[in-house]
Formats: sequence, C-alpha cells, structure tokens
Amino acid sequence: MSRPRVLAAFEPLVPIAPGARVALGIAFFVCFFALWGAATWGGWVKPLFLADPAKTFAAGWRLLVQFNFAGDIAITIGRVVGGFVIAAALAVPIGIAMGAFKPVEAFLEPFVSFARYLPASAFIPLLILWFGVDEKQKLAVIFIGAFFQIVLMIAVLIGETRRDLVEAAYTLGAGNRGIVFRVMLPNAAPQIAETLRLVLGWAWTYVIVAELIGAEAGIGHMIMDSQRFLDTGQMIFGIFLIGVIGLVTDLAFRAANRRLFPWQLGR
Amino acid sequence: MANVQIAAVERTFPGVRGGVPTRALEPIDITVADNDFVAILGPSGCGKSTLLRIVAGLDRPTAGRVAVDGVPVERPGADRGMVFQSYTLFPWLTVRENIGFGPRERGVGEAQRRAIADALMAKVGLAGFADHYPRMLSGGMQQRAALARALANDPKILLLDEPFGALDHQTRALMQELLLSVWEADRKTVLFVTHDIEEAVFMANRVLVMTARPGRIKSEVTVPLPHPRHWRMKTMPEFARLKEQLTEAIREETLRAAAMNV
Repeated sequence: MSRPRVLAAFEPLVPIAPGARVALGIAFFVCFFALWGAATWGGWVKPLFLADPAKTFAAGWRLLVQFNFAGDIAITIGRVVGGFVIAAALAVPIGIAMGAFKPVEAFLEPFVSFARYLPASAFIPLLILWFGVDEKQKLAVIFIGAFFQIVLMIAVLIGETRRDLVEAAYTLGAGNRGIVFRVMLPNAAPQIAETLRLVLGWAWTYVIVAELIGAEAGIGHMIMDSQRFLDTGQMIFGIFLIGVIGLVTDLAFRAANRRLFPWQLGR
Repeated sequence: MANVQIAAVERTFPGVRGGVPTRALEPIDITVADNDFVAILGPSGCGKSTLLRIVAGLDRPTAGRVAVDGVPVERPGADRGMVFQSYTLFPWLTVRENIGFGPRERGVGEAQRRAIADALMAKVGLAGFADHYPRMLSGGMQQRAALARALANDPKILLLDEPFGALDHQTRALMQELLLSVWEADRKTVLFVTHDIEEAVFMANRVLVMTARPGRIKSEVTVPLPHPRHWRMKTMPEFARLKEQLTEAIREETLRAAAMNV
C-alpha cells in the first residue's frame, strides 16, 4: 500500500523531517523575494510605491553606514525591552495572585478586563501631554498595551492548574505557599513564557506607533522621516528589519524555553 | 502506624442552580485498626472516593467526624499519604524530585531527600529512572513513583483511591503484588478504595462493601488468607469463595444503581 509521496504530505499531523522543515521555511522567503522582485523589476509597480529589493537593501546599507541607523535600532529595542520588562515585572505577580486567590480575582478581574480593551495607541496624545515625547512616554505606551494583557492571560494560566496536582501536593504536606510557588508556578511556567513571547510581539507595534506619532529617534521615526522624502526603500527596510528582529527574538525565546522546560519535550 | 475512626460521617453535595442536593454518603462508621489493610469496595458512583477524600482532608463531611489516632482531621496533611487514580506526578519534576517533594515541603535537606528517594526508588523498582520526567514513564511506572512519593513522608496512613484503575490487567496484577510486599514490610495502615473485587480480596484483610448511592456500609468480609500473599492464592478455593460472596453483594448494588439511573 505505497502511496505517492505528494499524497502522503497531506496526511493530517504526519511529522516532517527537521531538514525538510527548515528547507520549506526558507523556500517561502525565496518565493517572497522572487515575487517582490518580479513586481518591481518587472515594472508592475511604480518605484515610488514599492522599491525593488536591491534598492531597499542599498537604502538600508546607506542608513546604517551614513545615518547611524544602528543607533535608532538600539533606541527602539531599548524602548521595547524596557517597557515590556516593566510591564511583565508588575503584571506577572499580579496575574499569579489573581489566578491563585479568588478574592483577588473578584476584585481585579472586572477592571482588568475593561482596561484590556483600551487601545494603547489611543493614549498616545494624552501621554504626550503628560510626559512629552521623551522615553517615559514611549515606555508608558508599551506598558499600557502590555500590562493588562499579561495580567489576564497569566491569571487564566495559573487558574487552570490541574486540580488533582494541587490536591496531591496538599496530601504531601504542602501549605498554601508551597501550592502557589512549587505547584502552580512551575506548572504554568512554560505557558507563561509563551504568553510573554506573544505580548513582546505586540509591544513592537505599540512602540512603532508611538515613534511614528512623535519621536526624535528610533525605527518608527526613521520611517516617518523617509516618508517625507518619498524614500520607499528606507521605509520598507525599516519594516523588514522589525520583522527580522522579531524572528530572531522568537528563535531565542524558543531555544530558552527548550532549555528551561526540558520536561515538556517528547519522549 | 495509626488507627482511623470514621464516626457518623455523611456528605451531601448542594444542588446545582437550585437543583436537588445530592446525598453521596449516608452516615458511615468505620474503625480501622493499627496496621490494618482495609479495602472499600463499591459500585462506581457510590461515594467511596468521597469517603476517602474526607479522610484525606480534601473534602469536608456534612456531618460526623474523622479522627486519626484520636486527632480530628481538618485539612490534608503529610501524615496521610494518598495515591490517586489519575496520574498526579508533577510533570516538571524528575522521578527523584517528585519523590522528594513531600520531604522538601517539610524542610528536609537535599542530601537526606536524595537518600529517601533513592531507597524508595529501589523499593518500587525505579532505580534506573531517577532523572526521568513523568511523561517518559509508562502508566505503571508513574503509579509506582506516585506510591513512592506518598511513602516518602513516612505517613501513618496510606490512602489509595483506585490507584491501579487506569492500568492494564497484567500491570495491575504486578502493582498489587508490589503494594502487598510494601505493606508486608512496613505494615502501614491502609485504606484502599476499589471497584475490583479480586483486587480487594487479594490485598485486604477486611473488605467493606458499600451500597449504591447514597453510599453506606452494606457488609463486611474478613479475608483470612495468610501473609505473605502470593498471586497463586488467587486460584485457591477459599479465594474463589470470598470472590463469589463479594460478587453477589456488589452485583445487587450495581443492579440497584442501574435501576435508579433508568
């Protein structure tokens, strides 16, 4: 009963060899660049609207070499990481408390659920009024965008701790402290890391929006400046670069998770 | 070593959304002597697990009281070790760390925890698996580790809630022998909940039969088989007689439960 390999590829959930996985992932990037190249060099899209790949990367090179774009990148990364770390440092403990203790949940959950829907970008004009356009304002935008989301997601994760694990720990002599710190927390830790990875991605959106609206430096500021000179190459390079940074952070997060939580791996 | 007094314990679960409350346990009196191995046998849903959970302190009786060595049970504690039917090893801890969990909660130092865990792993046949995570183990191995984890606190009483219920027949038979050998060595007081008649007869000195819900003690059968017990005892006429007697009693209750649910 040997079937053609092409058909086998569409059997649901059948694993794929690691080499093939990487190759397929790279193949998509190749297609992406091919399409981009075809659209621009083929003359389907005017250079004013979309720079071709070569011009884009030439623009990127110029930015890095002549205009100290590396400094902008560092500033933006600093803002994202700073805002995210402050938000996570406060939100994770509050989320844990909410997930573990029902009165805390009853007290905070309605407000957090409400606040979660407030778009961080809507606060930017107000935050400029409060803080100006300096770093505090950027951090505040990221904080508002990340904090409430993290609190709520962590609370759900902690609250979902398997009841029988908690009970087993009680019969082994664990007290309330032991249950929270040595059962609920390690149990939810991998998903907490996953949540943080997700929210870090959102933090990038907030920081760029904040930089587009008012900033003296940063990737978003560069994109805004480039628009004034109709330099689509630079704009696209800026956007592309954010994607690359995101991809690298994701890989780092995944590698760290494999290290930190070996018990999650398959047999 | 300790005795357990269950005195007029009853449990009623409140009705869901104004529904009728569910009476799980009628008043129950059981006295378990020091070093005794008592099996509680009943059809599924008869409240036998609820009774065990009350002894563990994981559930509160609606009325009545449970005492261990005369001390009332109010919350779970390390003096009452428990093994559950579901796999409850902590997935993020290795086998050794799982077994060391209870001692760690009590503030036992690293070196001593290691010694306790290593001795118990040898006892339950997991010596080569100290650094394995639970998901790398078969169901039978996980339950052996769970038994070792419960024993690590050196509890006065062992509460077993159908610990082999999820295992295949062969593994289950081996686990029964393992548990028996552990009991024959330590003679800890054991309360063992099961719906498996053969298991109850093979393991216990006394078998208490529970009725269908609401559960109460229907009858008590003493198992006069000597220790140490060997699996061949399962083929003896005396064993068959006890099994028949209990099958009769349980069958009645199962039929009653089935009739109630129709």
